[in-house]
Amino acid sequence: MQQAATASVGTIPRPARRSSSLGDTIFAAACTAAGGFVLLLLGGIIVELFLGGLPAFRTFGIPFLWSTEWDPVTEVFGAGVSIYGTIITAVLAILLAVPLAFGVAFYLTELAPIWLRRPVGTAVELLAAVPSIIYGMWGFFLIAPIMAQYVQPFMIDSVGTWPVIGFLFEGPPFGTGIFTAALILAIMILPFIAATMRDVFEQVPPVFKESAYGLGCTTWEVMKGVVLPYTRISVAGGIMLGLGRALGETMAVTFVIGNANRITTTLFGPGNTIASVIALEFGESEIGSLKLSALLALGFILFVLSFIVLALSRFLLRSRLKA
Amino acid sequence: MSTTFQASSGPTKDAAVAAALGRSRKRSDLILRVLSYGATAIGLVLLASILVTLFAKGFGAMNLSVFTEVTRPPGSNGGLLNAMVGSLIQVGLATIIGTPIGMLVGTYLAEYARGSAFGNVVRFVSDILLSAPSILVGLFVYQLLVLPFGGFSGWAGVAALAIIIIPVVVRTTEDMLALIPNTLREAVIGLGAPKWKMIVTVCWRAAISGIITGVLLGVARIAGETAPLLFTSLGNNAWSTDLTAPMPSLPITIYSYAGSPFQDWIELAWAGALIITLAVLILNILARSVLRK
Repeated sequence: MQQAATASVGTIPRPARRSSSLGDTIFAAACTAAGGFVLLLLGGIIVELFLGGLPAFRTFGIPFLWSTEWDPVTEVFGAGVSIYGTIITAVLAILLAVPLAFGVAFYLTELAPIWLRRPVGTAVELLAAVPSIIYGMWGFFLIAPIMAQYVQPFMIDSVGTWPVIGFLFEGPPFGTGIFTAALILAIMILPFIAATMRDVFEQVPPVFKESAYGLGCTTWEVMKGVVLPYTRISVAGGIMLGLGRALGETMAVTFVIGNANRITTTLFGPGNTIASVIALEFGESEIGSLKLSALLALGFILFVLSFIVLALSRFLLRSRLKA
Repeated sequence: MSTTFQASSGPTKDAAVAAALGRSRKRSDLILRVLSYGATAIGLVLLASILVTLFAKGFGAMNLSVFTEVTRPPGSNGGLLNAMVGSLIQVGLATIIGTPIGMLVGTYLAEYARGSAFGNVVRFVSDILLSAPSILVGLFVYQLLVLPFGGFSGWAGVAALAIIIIPVVVRTTEDMLALIPNTLREAVIGLGAPKWKMIVTVCWRAAISGIITGVLLGVARIAGETAPLLFTSLGNNAWSTDLTAPMPSLPITIYSYAGSPFQDWIELAWAGALIITLAVLILNILARSVLRK
């Protein structure tokens, strides 16, 4: 402050400047460090999961990825069944959820009266807020019995007798199983895909749509001929986002998938996913055991899978994010 | 686009052909509209079904002892008090730890890193963390804080939940700061204020309702998280506020009770499910109303 007092008129008071630049340096450093911390978190997850899974990778080698054995007694572990279950439930969930999500987004952007858009949109978003474990209980106590009593017997008798795809819908109607898990997953990712679709549909310049309407197009023709071609890359990104969510969903799947370590050809059969195996078997694995390492290796595989899908989703959605 | 032209430029001098074409276009439009209404109805029915199921099964099990008694062995009229308190402690601490970090990262992305390569990497990684499977966060914290420190603990649960809330706060903070017009920033800098003062006293204040929304949504998200707590705070059937020991939480208690063979435990699980869902939905609606003001 002494310097400031002696500074001549017209020069900038340097100490004031110095203290503010000190504050700026500290604040900028704090912000940058926080950004670096986020990178460390992701790096830490990758490294810790890989190191934890290393003993299992060493013992079983690359065949760990497709071996279907999981025997804690003889300590032979393979990821084949759970990788298969993870992918098949997630893909089935996408197949079930995308048409529904598209319908919801179509309704919210083109068909719904203005006053109804916000409440219906909020209701769909609330569906995304319901915790995973609630979906699990709801699926186990309400949906699984309905599936066992009505839906699955009906499908076994009808679709199950069709040629070519009939074998997918055979077997006893347990209620739980791959199909029910995919159904619950579909309901859980529906709001994510619908919200992304709605947001990108809303970014279509109104003048494009008005031109098409001016040519005499129906609402569906505008959607099919203008909105979808304009937004198709972002829509694919939204679907990828849903897929990424479906791959790692744990609690809901654990409740309804039936938890059996075998690959069944019928969709009504029990199975497991990477996440459900980790959640269920973790409590029974001792510290330092090969089983725990196998579970961490599974976690690493799940991380790689969802990282690829989520990175792809980001890549496809980037044009929207930049806008 | 192709359909548009086909529809308008056929060899349609014939009135009957034109009318038939018009009918088929109208018909497909109607069918798709009805399917769209149906899809939306299914979505709303599903939400209603979840809420009705929760109220039907949870409301009957709801009584005073749910809130005043701790978890007890089956058949002895226990409650969920310790689980609720454990959840409140862990979610509260995770929010207190995660919010400032998330705000700083969001501020870095919006105010310092516009267009820089490092900033793009941080944004990408934060978005990946936002959607990454939460069970893996649990495994990570297990490897990092549970194994080396000799056991499951409340702190490990807090750490896992904090990691999950950070990207939620990052996303909303950056989005909200990006909405602030640059003229406002220029005005503050023009007055001679240093950049950090501009951010803290003007930008943050202008974006505060959006940031609060993000924090509330984040709290709603971690309040229902179950999978990461399985490997970190584990759960505890006794009263415990000791953060260095295994700590009970509502989602874990619901999970273990719902899978039990005891009728009164299953009913308690439904009561807990109703409590947690109502809390999460109310937080969500609250967050939206904060933003709208």
